[in-house]
This record gives sequence, C-alpha cells and structure tokens, in this order.
Amino acid sequence: MKALTTILPPLALLAAILGVWEAACRVLAVPTYLLPTPSAIGAALLESLPLLLQSAWATLLMAFQALLAAFVVAAPLALLGALSPLFRRAFGPLAAAIQVTPVVAIAPLFVIWAGLEHPERAITALGGIVAFFPIFSGLTTGLRAADPDLMRLFDLYGARRDQRLLRLAIPSAVPFLIEGLKVAGGLSIIGVVVAEFVAGSGGAQGLAWRILEAGHQLKTAQMFAAVLVLGVLGAGLYGLLTLAETALLKTWRGR
Amino acid sequence: MSLVAALRAVEVAYGGRPALGPFDLALAPGEIVALVGPSGCGKSTALRLLAGLEQPVRGEVVRTPGRGETSVVFQAPTLMPWANAAANVALPLELSGVAKAEARHRADEALAKVGLGQVATLKPAQLSGGMAMRVSLARALVTRPRLLLLDEPFAALDEITRRKLADDVLALWAETRPAIVFVTHNVEEAVYMAARAVVMSPGPGRSAGETEVAGPLPRPAQFRTTEGFRAAAEKVSLDLDRAMAGRAA
Repeated sequence: MKALTTILPPLALLAAILGVWEAACRVLAVPTYLLPTPSAIGAALLESLPLLLQSAWATLLMAFQALLAAFVVAAPLALLGALSPLFRRAFGPLAAAIQVTPVVAIAPLFVIWAGLEHPERAITALGGIVAFFPIFSGLTTGLRAADPDLMRLFDLYGARRDQRLLRLAIPSAVPFLIEGLKVAGGLSIIGVVVAEFVAGSGGAQGLAWRILEAGHQLKTAQMFAAVLVLGVLGAGLYGLLTLAETALLKTWRGR
Repeated sequence: MSLVAALRAVEVAYGGRPALGPFDLALAPGEIVALVGPSGCGKSTALRLLAGLEQPVRGEVVRTPGRGETSVVFQAPTLMPWANAAANVALPLELSGVAKAEARHRADEALAKVGLGQVATLKPAQLSGGMAMRVSLARALVTRPRLLLLDEPFAALDEITRRKLADDVLALWAETRPAIVFVTHNVEEAVYMAARAVVMSPGPGRSAGETEVAGPLPRPAQFRTTEGFRAAAEKVSLDLDRAMAGRAA
C-alpha cells in the first residue's frame, strides 16, 4: 500500500503529461519532425530497439574502459602524492586545471591525435579525463584521512613507512575511493557521450551517434528514442553504482 | 628507587602558548598513578611525553621501556574499522615483526583475557562501546608492556560499564604488573584505580597536590564505601578545588 502511494503519483503525472502532449500534437497538427507524439516515439523506440541497445552497450563499454583507465592513472599518482608532499604540491594545480577544462574544448585535439579511423580511442580517453579527477581527489583525501590516534599508535609501535601505507593509509582511503569511483562512473558516461558528439563520427557507434544520425535525417522520434535509452542507461548505472557502494562499504566496516 | 619512566621539569608549548609544566612525575615499576585535572591542563600531553610520541621544549623525559614495551589506550577505542577484533589486537605484534600465525594466536589469547573470546571475527562497528574499549585494552596488553598509558579510557562509557572495566583493568594489571599512568577527570575513578593520584592545575598544567591512596590493589569489594577511599577522594577533591580557584584568582 505504501509502495503504491509513492509510485502512483509520479506515474499519474507522467501519464497526464504524455496524454496532453499526444492530444496537443494531434489537435494542433504539429509536424512530426518538430515534435513527434509520444506514440510515435514509442513506435520508433520499438522499431530501433536492437540497434539502440547495441549502441547503449558500446557507450557503456567505452565509459567502463574510461573509468578503468582513469583509475589506473589516478591511483599511482595519488599514491605518489601520499608519499611525497613535494609531488602533491606540484601536481595539485595541474589536476585542478584538467578538471576545469571543458571536455568539449579538448575533444577535437584528441580526435586528431587518435586518428579519424579510431574515434573510440579519443572518446575513451576523453571519458577517462573526465573520470580522473573524482578518483584522484577522493584517493588523495582518503590517503590522508586516517585517524590521528591510529597514526600515533603506528608511531608508538615503530611502524615502517611501507607498513604505514599498506596497513593504515590505503585501507583508510577505501571509502573515499568508493565514493570517487561512484561519482566518476556517472561522469564517464557523460564524458563519452559528449566526446562522441564532438567527434561527430559514426566510427564508435555509441548512443550519441544515434542521436546525431537521427538528427541529420530529421527523424525526431528516433532522436527522442535514443535520448530515452541514454537516460535509462544513466539512471540504471547510477542505481547500480549506489548498490555497489552500499555493498562494498558494508563489507569494509562489517555493518 | 628504580624507574620505569619520569618527567623532569618538562615544559610543552603549542604555537608559543605554554600547555604543560614545569611538571615532574616519576613512575616506579608496577606503580599505578592517576593524573586528575580539568580539560586542557596537559594531562594527555604528559602521557604523550611518557609514550615518546612528543618532545618537551624544556626539561627531560626518562624512558626505560624499549620498543614495543609501551602501550597506549585512548579515549576512543581507536580501532581499524576495516579489520576484525583479532586483527586489531594482533596489529602491534605484526608491526614489530611477529609472524602472522603467532600474532593471531596471542591476539586470541588477549581477547579471551578481556572476556571477548567469542567476538574475534567481528569488526568494530559490530561491537558495543564497552566491547570496543575491551578490544583496545586487549591490543594494549598483547605486547606485555612495561608501561601502560590510559588516556581517559572510560570517558565515553556509562557508569556500570566503566566500573566493570575499572575492575577488569586492575585484575589484568595484577597479572603482569606494568606501570600504569591513568588520565581522568573523575576524582572517584582516580582514587579507585591508582595508588597515587596527582592533581594538575589548569593549563599550563603543574602539579597541584599528590595523594597516596591506602588499600590493596586490585580493589576489594565495597572499597568505595571504605574510610580510606573517602578520605583520599576528599583530599583529591580539595586539591582540585584549590587548583581551580588559583586560576580564577
């Protein structure tokens, strides 16, 4: 009953919006290339679902590779920063600069570097750049977040530098890393979609290309269908990452 | 007199502001001394000096325990949240190079001694506050320290738990007889736990009176109702009042 009262209002609102939309389009005879009816979007979605799912998979795969690449680069840099304050001070501004530079602005460069035959490489790299900062900054903060009294205990027992890093700093950083990965996961999807838009090439066959392609052909219903799939992909990924975060934190602290 | 550790006219300042001293304290083997004083009087600083975790700006710190022979219990249990109770207790042994299997075995023994043999595989978040404090105590004892430093270890616990733990600490002390410095701002607790209670004045902390507490250690049942306990508690209270009044004046 409780579930019903939480699910019902948004569903009813959605149905009402779609109903008004459908009716308005028909009554006002809006051209379908301008604003297709919800039923036309539904039909387009059904028709091109296999292709859209394929593209969604391609986008997801690129985002995942981007996330992995970001972690592989960010983790050693954050560790280096934890070991050397000099490096931390030197690299901090650079990391911030990478973070504030819009991915749209550097995308054309990467497309040139990757070569026109391999847009997916440029797209993955750009997604990786977007995903880099949350992982790097989460780890950097986490590696210094150990309980000061625990640090004193390690001092008291004469812990070596490697023991301090492996047995205190790194385990203390885990919750920060999980949080960073969660944020980076969402950003990597945005990163690869934006990058594919800028690349403007069908070579990677991701969801952004489906939207561009449909747009070029004025198949507006197809555009809507692709955007819908992208939205579901993003929401699904966010849900999954949140579940993974909860489960991992539970394992980490046992409750 | 043989010494385990001593502070001789030590002074500590933080950012140019004096926090402690000049302060003297000598600790004989197996002796239990309580440091009583208001917040910010430098009790914890004195403890860190004795642990060798901090250096005084003036004065001398004498420490005879070698590496691994000093243990500290903080106000919070200060456990590694990602590690289970046994792994937490085994930490000091593993850090000083004891083989993992041997360290775990001794950790299990230490946990059994504080009455926590059944929770060895639980993580800190799964333990109650009193249990977590016992794990912390087991970790402090697992190395068989000669010097045990307790920094308000019961402050966050309820009265029943803290009385039970006080008796447990004294029973454990009786087994290996380490020298103990026990920091508290509770007069009754200081008198109950220690053979000697040193009152400290508000910061920068100095000695504002010493009280010998007569009576056997560990404490017999109903010790809190004895004349000796009451007399000592009264004297410590008086010293404390005087120390606080000195600041107000």
